[in-house]
Amino acid sequence: MSDIPALDIIQSAIKSDDVVLFMKGTPVFPQCGFSSTVVQILSYLGVKFTSVNVLEDMDVREGIKQFSNWPTIPQLYVKGEFVGGCDILREMFEEGELRDFLAGKNIPMEQQADA
Amino acid sequence: MSVAETIKAKLTSALDPTRLDITDDSARHVGHAGASGGGESHFKVVVVSEVFDGKSRIERHMLVNEALAEELRGPIHMLQIKAMTPAEEWQ
Repeated sequence: MSDIPALDIIQSAIKSDDVVLFMKGTPVFPQCGFSSTVVQILSYLGVKFTSVNVLEDMDVREGIKQFSNWPTIPQLYVKGEFVGGCDILREMFEEGELRDFLAGKNIPMEQQADA
Repeated sequence: MSVAETIKAKLTSALDPTRLDITDDSARHVGHAGASGGGESHFKVVVVSEVFDGKSRIERHMLVNEALAEELRGPIHMLQIKAMTPAEEWQ
């Protein structure tokens, strides 16, 4: 038996889109301030993303922590790669690194730096 | 030992910090999905350590997460981390 029963769900979710956010709640109704912060950052940058509500599936909620070896939610994946949680994304955003990172991964953003 | 005291003991031993601030933020998250309501569930830590020198943000957070792995599986629901080197602290 796998240590991560929800592994298939997680892997297919991460492959479903270039930008995937595992969060508590939904972008329209986030159920945690930290998840809400990441939604706001992505929305500000005009990044389209797929979200997975971990509160809907306890296996996914625990499985994603093991999958990434990262103990908390939210978690952002870009092109299948774990980028970070709320603190890291906020720091990257504040330093202007997040925009560069996403641009480097060819992720479309509606709002550009010098627009 | 309280959760905050455990965090202090484990991070001190793992990272030999020159500065370590621990804030129990649980009161701001009462009633939040996942919060126990009993407190000691949400913490903020500011860690300044030479150990972070040359390491990325993720690597730094991983070091903190690893030191507190047991607590993160148990009482801690959210750990906000600010990880700096002594040189970065005053920038």
